[in-house]
Amino acid sequence: MTITESPVVPAPRGSHRLTTAKAMVEAIELEMERDPSVFYLGEDVGPYGGIFSSTTGLQDKFGTSRVIDTPISETAFIGLAIGAAVEGMRPIAELMFADFMGVCLDQIYNHMAKIHFESGGNVTVPMVLTTAVGGGYSDAAQHSQCLWGTFAHLPGMKVVVPSNPYDAKGLMISAIRDDNPVVYMFHKGVMGLPWMAKNPRATADVPDAPYTVPIGQANVVRAGTEVTVVTLSLSVHHALDAAESLAGQGIDVEVLDLRSLVPLDRDAILESVAKTGRLVIVDEDYQSFGLSGEVAATVTDVDPAMLRAPVARVANPDVPVPYAHGLEYAVLPRQDRIEAAIHRVARA
Amino acid sequence: MTTTAHDKPRAGAQLDNATRLELYRTMVLARTFEEAILREYHADKGPGFDIGKGLVPGEMHLAAGQEPVAAGVCAHLTTDDAVTATHRPHHFAIAHGVDLNKMAAEIFGRETGLGRGRGGHMHLFDPATHFSCSGIIAEGYPPALGQAYAFRSKGTDRVAVAVTGEGAANQGGFHESLNLAALWKLPVVFVVEDNEWAISVPRAASTAVPSNAARGAAYDMPAERVEDNAVEAVFEAAGRAVARARAGDGPSLIEVHTLRLWGHFEGDAQGYRPDLKDVPGRDPIPTYERTLRDAGVLDDAVISQTKQQAQARVEESIAYAKQSPLPDPTDATSYVFA
Repeated sequence: MTITESPVVPAPRGSHRLTTAKAMVEAIELEMERDPSVFYLGEDVGPYGGIFSSTTGLQDKFGTSRVIDTPISETAFIGLAIGAAVEGMRPIAELMFADFMGVCLDQIYNHMAKIHFESGGNVTVPMVLTTAVGGGYSDAAQHSQCLWGTFAHLPGMKVVVPSNPYDAKGLMISAIRDDNPVVYMFHKGVMGLPWMAKNPRATADVPDAPYTVPIGQANVVRAGTEVTVVTLSLSVHHALDAAESLAGQGIDVEVLDLRSLVPLDRDAILESVAKTGRLVIVDEDYQSFGLSGEVAATVTDVDPAMLRAPVARVANPDVPVPYAHGLEYAVLPRQDRIEAAIHRVARA
Repeated sequence: MTTTAHDKPRAGAQLDNATRLELYRTMVLARTFEEAILREYHADKGPGFDIGKGLVPGEMHLAAGQEPVAAGVCAHLTTDDAVTATHRPHHFAIAHGVDLNKMAAEIFGRETGLGRGRGGHMHLFDPATHFSCSGIIAEGYPPALGQAYAFRSKGTDRVAVAVTGEGAANQGGFHESLNLAALWKLPVVFVVEDNEWAISVPRAASTAVPSNAARGAAYDMPAERVEDNAVEAVFEAAGRAVARARAGDGPSLIEVHTLRLWGHFEGDAQGYRPDLKDVPGRDPIPTYERTLRDAGVLDDAVISQTKQQAQARVEESIAYAKQSPLPDPTDATSYVFA
């Protein structure tokens, strides 16, 4: 990860340069202007602007009745969002860290995610649950998890994971307008925070106008012919760095940014692997029983013969995220591990 | 936004004979429904008792004995107000005006049910009356906050009633909800049904305070406990609480010392319960019948007519459920998403 700022170049007409965090905030701002039923609640989302800058400036603009600091009572305020959504509002509730799901999971998976089903489709829960994920800055085992595989495993909620400013804005607008509960998981490392190492792609040109990125469509962020890397969130950037490095060694890598786990764009995975015949899955979440296995099964369920080499997985090797820098970086899916995996499948 | 019309008694209203008769009728209708479900539930569980068998399979938590709580509280509500109930929800659903046919059909797992047979008796959702319930202890409280929040945001004086049992008052969700509702002065009425038993654990073995009303003070919230399963005392306490909520003065807490006439669920032999012999004598419906008879509100003719009407209405709903189509198994994966 580099701390280099992107070079300052003028943005094209009708767009402006934003960090991922600011793009997310801009989306919320546009939707709050458009739809008075949208409101945001969570811990430290008011004057502080969100611990990871998810709500900077929103309370100044919309007041304390629509951007609301809550007590540290995730069960109560996520449940409140559910009840308000059932009555036709479009709340956005922020769970400060995905790691905190343990104190409020019942409201999330037994209520938010199940009400539409249990009601036979008679009751909708149009809300967004935003939450910060990921490690890389020594926040250790209780503040560094991704856990998107856990959310995605539980039926009834869409799960979106933006990796860059453009997707952050478009996916947020889609999430707010969606009639289903959408879990919007933003990696701290893609937000472009001034107090954390960041990838240069965390700042980019974003159209001024509102736009949507459809939930459930993966994005080929780098076209290639020899190896497919399926990944998401911060790992997209490590995969792109790896692909650029390997291009110099004559390996042509395609990188697919999933952008959402639920729905999973299985067609995009199959299309890419049909072309390359080689699959590397890069996932910062725990390896076993999660996204990486699901992506591999997506291919083998349809046609194992599509694969010309065994699938390689680069994920957290099923350990709590360690505190010490060297230990943490040993388990994160870093560029060196990704390159090694690509080499492995390319040679096979 | 217009405020809602209230054709039912409001706080401070005299408990006139018409109201007393209405409380009685609600209790009788709820009991009649529970007795019919009890009959249907056990009709085809044999040989022996197989919980997964029959037209009404699964756990069945009946609320017989707890009717005074639902009747007394819901008398102050219209179907524009919300109720979130518990795993033992039928009496509140009936008192709040949920359509009996659709509820019975859901209990029978039919396509015409409230949830098209996807929910079952612990997961009833009725948007027409803003009624819902949850099978998870205390977790019906937080969504009620949100319904109350939405009602207030829309400029109405509608309220949300959140119901739970005394065992749930030791859950975090209960306390988080009381604090948040009091902090934000949300129009919520919190109701605790103290039936003395958290499945098999007596209240004394689970709860550090003799009355959960004592816990209201922790959240600067008016709270009272109604003893003796007394429907008119529930009505009066709920009247104060609903009026306070409608006036924008914030939430209240009411604990009612009620009675679980039957087991935690059907099939519960209740071997843990030393008071079993006394239970039938504490049935609140004959008790209230005597009170109203002594007051000249009820006589044999009215009692008989009330019970016949309830029976007819309930049997109609059971017949509707049984005649309704079953969901198509090939449609089992529908409704996960909107």
